[in-house]
Amino acid sequence: MRFSEQWLRTWVNPALATEALTAELTLAGLEVDGTEKVAGDFTGVVVGEIISAEQHPNADRLQVCRVNVGDDAPLEIVCGAKNARAKIKVAVAKVGAVLSPDFKIKPVKLRGVPSSGMICSASELGLVEASEGIMELANDAPVGEDVRDYLQLDDVSIELDLTPNRGDCLSVRGVARELAAIANQTLTPLEIVTVKSDATTARAVKLDAPADCPRYVGRVLSDINLNAQTPLWMQERLRRSGLRSIAPVVDVTNYVMLELGQPMHAFDLDKLQGDLTVRRSQPGEKLTLLDNTEATLDDQTLLITDASGPLAIAGVMGGMDSAVCDNTQHILLESAFFTPEVVAGRARHYGVASESARRFERGVDPNGQHEAIERATALLLDIVGGKAGPVFQASSESYLPKSMTVTLRPARIERVLGVSVPNDEVVRLLNGQGMAVDTRAQDAWQIDVPSHRFDIRLEEDLIEEVARLYGYHRLPAQPLSCTQPARRTANIVPTLKNSLVQRGYHESISYTFVDPTLQSLLAPNETALALQNPLSAELSVMRTTIWAGLLKALQHNQHRQQPRLRLFETGLCFVEANGQLDQRPTLSGAVCGDRLPENWQGNNKVDFYAVKSDIESLLASIGISVDITFEASQHPALHPGKTARITQKGTQIGLLGELTPQVAKQLDLQGPVFLFEVDLKAITLPVVPRFASLSKFPSIRRDIALMVPESVLAAQLHDVIKGSAGALLQDVTVFDVYQGKGIPEGQKSIALGLTLQHPERTLVDDEVAKVMEQVVGALQKECGAVLRK
Amino acid sequence: MTEECAEASRPLVMDNLDTLAKQAQEAIAACADLTALDELRVHYLGRKGVLTERLKALGKLPPEQRSQEGQAVNVAKQAVHQAITARKTALEADALQKSLASDTLDVTLPACGQQPGSLHPVTQTQARVEAFFSSLGFAVVEGPEVEDDYHNFEALNIPAHHPARAMHDTFYFPDGRLLRTHTSPVQIRYMQETKPPLRAIASGRVYRCDSDLTHTPMFHQMEGLLVDESVSFAQLKGVLQDFLHDFFEQNMPVRFRPSYFPFTEPSAEVDIECVMCFGKGCRVCSQSGWLEILGCGMVHPNVLNAVKIDSEKYTGFAFGLGLDRLAMLRYGIDDLRLFFENDLRFLKQF
Repeated sequence: MRFSEQWLRTWVNPALATEALTAELTLAGLEVDGTEKVAGDFTGVVVGEIISAEQHPNADRLQVCRVNVGDDAPLEIVCGAKNARAKIKVAVAKVGAVLSPDFKIKPVKLRGVPSSGMICSASELGLVEASEGIMELANDAPVGEDVRDYLQLDDVSIELDLTPNRGDCLSVRGVARELAAIANQTLTPLEIVTVKSDATTARAVKLDAPADCPRYVGRVLSDINLNAQTPLWMQERLRRSGLRSIAPVVDVTNYVMLELGQPMHAFDLDKLQGDLTVRRSQPGEKLTLLDNTEATLDDQTLLITDASGPLAIAGVMGGMDSAVCDNTQHILLESAFFTPEVVAGRARHYGVASESARRFERGVDPNGQHEAIERATALLLDIVGGKAGPVFQASSESYLPKSMTVTLRPARIERVLGVSVPNDEVVRLLNGQGMAVDTRAQDAWQIDVPSHRFDIRLEEDLIEEVARLYGYHRLPAQPLSCTQPARRTANIVPTLKNSLVQRGYHESISYTFVDPTLQSLLAPNETALALQNPLSAELSVMRTTIWAGLLKALQHNQHRQQPRLRLFETGLCFVEANGQLDQRPTLSGAVCGDRLPENWQGNNKVDFYAVKSDIESLLASIGISVDITFEASQHPALHPGKTARITQKGTQIGLLGELTPQVAKQLDLQGPVFLFEVDLKAITLPVVPRFASLSKFPSIRRDIALMVPESVLAAQLHDVIKGSAGALLQDVTVFDVYQGKGIPEGQKSIALGLTLQHPERTLVDDEVAKVMEQVVGALQKECGAVLRK
Repeated sequence: MTEECAEASRPLVMDNLDTLAKQAQEAIAACADLTALDELRVHYLGRKGVLTERLKALGKLPPEQRSQEGQAVNVAKQAVHQAITARKTALEADALQKSLASDTLDVTLPACGQQPGSLHPVTQTQARVEAFFSSLGFAVVEGPEVEDDYHNFEALNIPAHHPARAMHDTFYFPDGRLLRTHTSPVQIRYMQETKPPLRAIASGRVYRCDSDLTHTPMFHQMEGLLVDESVSFAQLKGVLQDFLHDFFEQNMPVRFRPSYFPFTEPSAEVDIECVMCFGKGCRVCSQSGWLEILGCGMVHPNVLNAVKIDSEKYTGFAFGLGLDRLAMLRYGIDDLRLFFENDLRFLKQF
């Protein structure tokens, strides 16, 4: 909502400078978004009258004008504007005038003819961005008067960012009512004259959808002056409110909307066929709107129709065919009450911008239609003349909003706000909003809400009014104490994140909607949830894996000379399974480049086992260090021989693997790239560890080197050793794996260290030898292992 | 041997030993390395050493001289032994000193090994806010991002066609579900499963169909909720003021301005004096001197009624803040889009 400060001050004029006035509005909840001067900071520009305009002797496109500016002698000014002509009033920058700091008017010669001044265009005066020709002033403009004074240009446009509940402030009167209440002033009422009709033309209106339109008021104005111009003062007020002047009839309807908040429409009467009906649309009906939009209507749009079909989308925009144009002689004015529900979203739906819809969808005063039509009639008769017919209306009282009485308990005010506002102050504040307060029942006052405050329905609405008008800054601030029993938050995510950070990972955050091509490349077997209205095709499906975002991030960074990357991200993945959407909290990582930061001691490329170690450390950070296994597995995006599923007691909790070289290539990534993910909901948090007493006796270590078939896994050897060594076994480590010279094809050498210990005595060689014999025997039998000597 | 002879020979033997010990001590003191020192040890104390020989020769002496002579040799042996040990310790200390002196590192060479990574600035900001509210007993809760209309709008007093919906630029799925436009639906879910008194915060990703210089289609919010028997706007003011002072580590002015959210009433927009220019007016605060930092209000009775909490008995407050914006202010980040590009040069800074 944009309006002129001067216009506002004609309604209420508190002794506040602009800045203080806008601050008051902001602090009362009408947030001022900004202010803008309505004209440039020019000086020395006066009203002049062109006495004569003659062709410049040396230039085709220039004229030499003699201009009376009220001085002893007229000025001679060379002017290039086509509309410069005798007998019009114009704005003249005299010699010495300053239009902007670097634009001062000096006497000059233009193509040999002296020119002492400049006839200004509206844009040169900073009134508009662009304009054509010189600005023409009204015929009665007083010659010699300073243009700033004449046009009252020491004014600012105030832009309000209104909250959707304050539809009542979408007019100058509405803002003025607020300002009067805030500044404790009385509003200068606008005198609305009831125009007597001197014609009989009227139209019957039928309300087919009274719930959507409980009141429709109309009036015919006939024989209007086709040559009339909108007066400059009205053009200026419209301009300062952000609306362009178009033609008198449209300008007046816009003006009344800005002034009173009631949107209006004017039809060309000659283009209407028969009576009007306000009804819901039929699917498929068509209407060409004023802005040339071809609307194909659905079944829930309210229309103004005549015998020929739709004329206008109610409260949104009129149709082209019935619009007022240059040769319209008779008009039908509409001033109706359409409910917010029926107008809401319609402008968006049909893709049109509508000031009218903006007001109706927030709500207009259900009692404001007659007033508006009288105001518009009076203004139109002044400007375009003609004859006014009788006001006619169709209404359905039962569907009109009822006047409201709301109960307010003074005790509740204190309870909600935490401060006791004196009763008489509450009454004064509410009275200032036009509310009558009945305090006869001391504990439960009855408040009559005026029809324009349709946002007030509940006690809380009134309490908010009291708080707002009392001033939020005057409400006390009380410290909040902790009254809940203390509890820790058992959130594992921060711990997991910190663990990865300690291992050199950086946390990334990527969009959860991703490119469907990338998504299906990484998870071809999943159905990704697609957005109905994505911002772009690249952000159109919900990820089923965070790898999509992580790989994009790797790509972004590799393309910026960052070859070593360790990234992780946590967040939801969206997986549809059995018709149910699983919003799965997941932690994922992506790694490429060297294992360590570049250094002078030595480094190598990151590999599967380095990332495996990161994952083990990650799980250990939340206490999970046993019962975790890595088993060979398959995943469409991962290398078939370098993929593991991570399980906890047999339940899969994650994946680790190398991105397939094909996908890496498609994404233009330098590999190898390792990816992992952990399903945070699948993890079982460990129970508190139970202490086992420490043996006081020495442990004994025995190393064995085995040759086993290539296909035998370390985990198998481990299991066999555990199964055969008995209770003395404390630990098994792998300290060497070798394949190559000296080892037959298809075999590998693996060296293991076993630690044995007895809880209550020192072990003797014989029993150690016996255990080792059992272990080697079992390894030979179950894994085909041969002990290397 | 005569008495006289014995008398004469005794001092001779003693003198001889004294001289020997003195010579030995001098030689030991002059000895410059451990090898030479060991040679001296062998010379005097070894199996065929001078003093060892003297001891062996004791047997040839008359019995009355043996004990005297023996004593004297032992004294000398002791003295030489001590001198050797002392010299050895000194020489070893010297040698260690020399070897340490020549064995130095360039301590300014960079470390080798893993360097820590970093948490995203939004995460760090979230942790900071959570730490504050946790200390006041707020539970940290979560909710889904794919939401239904009921939790995102309807239960929050935003019925269909409410003008506030137009401001939400919602992402929809074909079946009518949507991406939550704010963290407020978590309020509803929490109140549906928890009886008052309750206090909770919920952070996470939210989505709006909007993308330009200052908007990304995904961003982060944190929601706070408190419902109890005597909760007032004054407490809301108090806790938020404390929070903002704690978060920014300065006691800048905080301003509460009436505003409108369908799910709170009275509602307020909270501004702080611009932390960049201290209220003088700058680019960050659009010259206003104030920064809009969060929205809040008393929980609307319609919302309490929707989750079957008696709005006569209980009152509550709720607030919502933009974590990305708080992070931008805290770290002086001037472009929201940087948060989601994941450029390592950006991430490394936090």
